[in-house]
Amino acid sequence: MFRTADMLEIFQQYRGDAIVVPGRGGRHWVHLSGNPSRDVPLGDPAMGGHASFACGLALAQPDKKVIVFDSEGDLQMNLGILTTIAEQAPTNFYHFLLDNECYATTGGQPVPNAKNVAYDVMARGAGYPRAFAFEKLEDFANNIKAILDQPGPVFVAMKVMPEIENEPIGRRQRWQTRSREQVVKDLQAELGISG
Amino acid sequence: MAQAQDAELSPEIVLEEMKKNGVTDVVWLPDSETNWLYLLMQAEPSLRLIPVSREGLAFSMAAGLAAGGKTPIILIQNTGLMESGDSLRGWGLGLNIPVVLMVGYRGWTRHGITQDTAATYTERFLNAFGINYYLVENSADASRISVAFAEAQKTKRPVAVLVGDEYHGFNR
Repeated sequence: MFRTADMLEIFQQYRGDAIVVPGRGGRHWVHLSGNPSRDVPLGDPAMGGHASFACGLALAQPDKKVIVFDSEGDLQMNLGILTTIAEQAPTNFYHFLLDNECYATTGGQPVPNAKNVAYDVMARGAGYPRAFAFEKLEDFANNIKAILDQPGPVFVAMKVMPEIENEPIGRRQRWQTRSREQVVKDLQAELGISG
Repeated sequence: MAQAQDAELSPEIVLEEMKKNGVTDVVWLPDSETNWLYLLMQAEPSLRLIPVSREGLAFSMAAGLAAGGKTPIILIQNTGLMESGDSLRGWGLGLNIPVVLMVGYRGWTRHGITQDTAATYTERFLNAFGINYYLVENSADASRISVAFAEAQKTKRPVAVLVGDEYHGFNR
């Protein structure tokens, strides 16, 4: 297992001009990103939808790389998205999974069969042409450039350390610097889309 | 004969409404009433079909498409709409997505008496979320689909079209 922030710090070096949907990694990504106008830090609009949102974005913008940081709790809630993504096969879509084996935002309860799920195997079985799994940061660092240099869709499962929150939601420190509406507006302005 | 056809909702007219309103992507989960429309959409080169395996995914997928500049439509049944509540809330309403949902109104009758609880709760569900809706029962009603598109664009919110022609309209 490795720290999400450490992984994102390495990833940032290879991000280029890709659109990044940081999902539950957003709390770290907003401090690391060198290109915030191409970031889509939405927090958690509704659990289970990060990958499908990012896939829609990738299908709408086929000339731009779209990278999503999904989580295993979200994916377990909507596993069927793997087959939709594999069928649509957006070559500009990169699906990273932060697997901390638990529901960190509700106190750290384990997700079903937390320690025994091979998400990369599930992705490959659903039809992703390429899928990887990393438990060591060094291995991630050694492979990230090659992964992003190849066409998508690609799936990258990563074992990350849980960052468990026990504070009631109303007392948690907000990391978002923009409203969701503003995030979408900023992205559309960056891409030259009239909203 | 002409009267009988008018009493149904022509899938060809539904497709024309989609094209007229610039739909680029149909995010959908098939139901038993939409197969003929499916075949027409499949043959239409201006449309991309994106099948999902659970209706809630349709809202987040449509949100991504809309954020990226496309014009999606969501095509699902009322049963799946009810399954999608949190996704409609968070991805549809939360991101101000101007999307039209065409919802098969399973169990709809004109008499207000239904044995199917899918119909019983459909309008109550939409009202709970503050989603405006238009009922389309036959081809004469089809222009309401354009009304729904205009309203979605103007309000930046999801707007529903309830397709109350369940048993024959989309099938042949």
